[in-house]
Amino acid sequence: MAEPALEAQALRKDFGPKTAVRDLTLSVPRGEVFGFLGPNGAGKTTSIKMLLGLVHPTAGGGRLLGEPIGGTRARARVGYLPEHFAFHEWLRGRELLRFHGRLLGLGGSSLDAGIEALLRRVELLEAGDRCLREYSKGMKQRIGLAQALLGEPELVFLDEPTSGLDPLGRLLVRDVIRDLKSRGTAIFLNSHLLSEVEVTCDRVAFVKEGRVVREMTLGAAERDLEVELRLDRYGPSVLEGLARFGSDVREEDGHVRLHVDGEERLPEVSRWLAGQGIGLYHLAARRRSLEDVFLEVVG
Amino acid sequence: MRAVLTIAHLTLAEARRRRILAAALLLGVAFVLLFALGFHFIARDIRAHGSPAQQRFMMSFVVMAALYAANFLIVMTSVLVTVDTLAGEIASGVIETLCTKPVPRWAVALGKWLGCWVILAMYAALLCGGVLVVACLVGGYTPPNAARGLPLLLLEGTVLLTLALAGGTRLSTLANGVTVFGLYGLAFVGGWMEQIGTLASNTTARYIGIAASLLVPSESLWQLASHHMQPPIVRDLGIGPFSPMSVPSPAMVAWAAGYVLIALAVALRLFHTRDL
Repeated sequence: MAEPALEAQALRKDFGPKTAVRDLTLSVPRGEVFGFLGPNGAGKTTSIKMLLGLVHPTAGGGRLLGEPIGGTRARARVGYLPEHFAFHEWLRGRELLRFHGRLLGLGGSSLDAGIEALLRRVELLEAGDRCLREYSKGMKQRIGLAQALLGEPELVFLDEPTSGLDPLGRLLVRDVIRDLKSRGTAIFLNSHLLSEVEVTCDRVAFVKEGRVVREMTLGAAERDLEVELRLDRYGPSVLEGLARFGSDVREEDGHVRLHVDGEERLPEVSRWLAGQGIGLYHLAARRRSLEDVFLEVVG
Repeated sequence: MRAVLTIAHLTLAEARRRRILAAALLLGVAFVLLFALGFHFIARDIRAHGSPAQQRFMMSFVVMAALYAANFLIVMTSVLVTVDTLAGEIASGVIETLCTKPVPRWAVALGKWLGCWVILAMYAALLCGGVLVVACLVGGYTPPNAARGLPLLLLEGTVLLTLALAGGTRLSTLANGVTVFGLYGLAFVGGWMEQIGTLASNTTARYIGIAASLLVPSESLWQLASHHMQPPIVRDLGIGPFSPMSVPSPAMVAWAAGYVLIALAVALRLFHTRDL
């Protein structure tokens, strides 16, 4: 079995008395699009920097593509777009990519061809010979994305890749992520745009106060429905009876609410209530968005 | 090694693109032309009125004054070119994408050191070479031991350049500049303490000066270079402002070379161990 794209074991980072990351333990298989979510200050960027060897962990360890984190061998197959992509603004677009390509050990006509393909992919082919200081914010983000994809990495870290992009730019990033996934590239995506994460990621982890507090696959989240019932009467025995169809059964504002796993549960609930002789006046099921889960987990 | 050369090439390209090289070249040429103009008229007067010994003394004095100014510019340039090269990229975040490439951090720092050193060497060659060529062509004068003296000026610049690189691994650009110029100031004052201590036979002052030179061996390298590049009679009699009363030991050159290696190793280590 292939090594996971990323493994972290109890990574911790203290900055003096302050703990930025308390316990980062997670694994990302190859080819997966993994979302890394959490509120500001949860330690997401520090976690990424530890995995990339930019920040030295206080404790713990990890591997990227089977190689220890911090080593140069793993970094040869990893791409990275930082949250605030900064670069030598005096360079031109093509020069930036050529310089980073050389640092990856690439050269010659294959590098040139790769640069042209990437510029085309991020829709900067025409602007490739312009000085980077003349680029708009969105163009800078896109050239940064191209830089992260040089050398066809097997694992790509994207820290807020849609920051500063207009809707078309976001679509482009989404397409790029889809392409990468189809090629088997693992993606570690840190984004505050939960709607983007919801569309692109296979699985997410929620980080709070420097610790992974929950991991979930987004397919499972799609089945999770919040059901709201208005009944002519209910009591503890009814709530107890409904618990067999789902979880988190509670009474709120004159309604009964519960979570069920899949919409096929809804007729079962309705039938059971009728069987109990309880009048059902209203039944509404709502898929829980990632934002709901986010607020529940880290809020 | 390829990564070191790539980073060095980028550093040189940055200096060219940001017009640092153009400014250095333009003002360096202006420096040499101004010296040539002044030296032409001084040499004409000296030849008309002075004895051969006076001519030699005066020409040596003017050339040493030019080299003193060149030395000062080399010192300034070595610090100014290097002070921001790591510190600035760390502050801006540019360094992050560099250091996530499969390149060891020491190669990034060494490449920057090499790029800055090449700029320094070109600048020193322009100023000092220009002064020597003008002195030879206009006045028919060549300072003695120039081949021994001029490398010492380059070594002096290299000492400060390496200190600026080491400082840049941990300090902000401004703090780094203030620190390196402050250290240069210590060495400068220490050098004068050593000279005055020798002249006044004050051993304590002399030792304070030597200690300062060991801390930052920049000024003592200039003293040694100026000692080498003056006519024997001038340096033996200790006449003129450029004749050191206390000539630094040749061991100071070995110390300065070792100092560069140690400071560079410390810079690479500091950069390797810091969080970015």
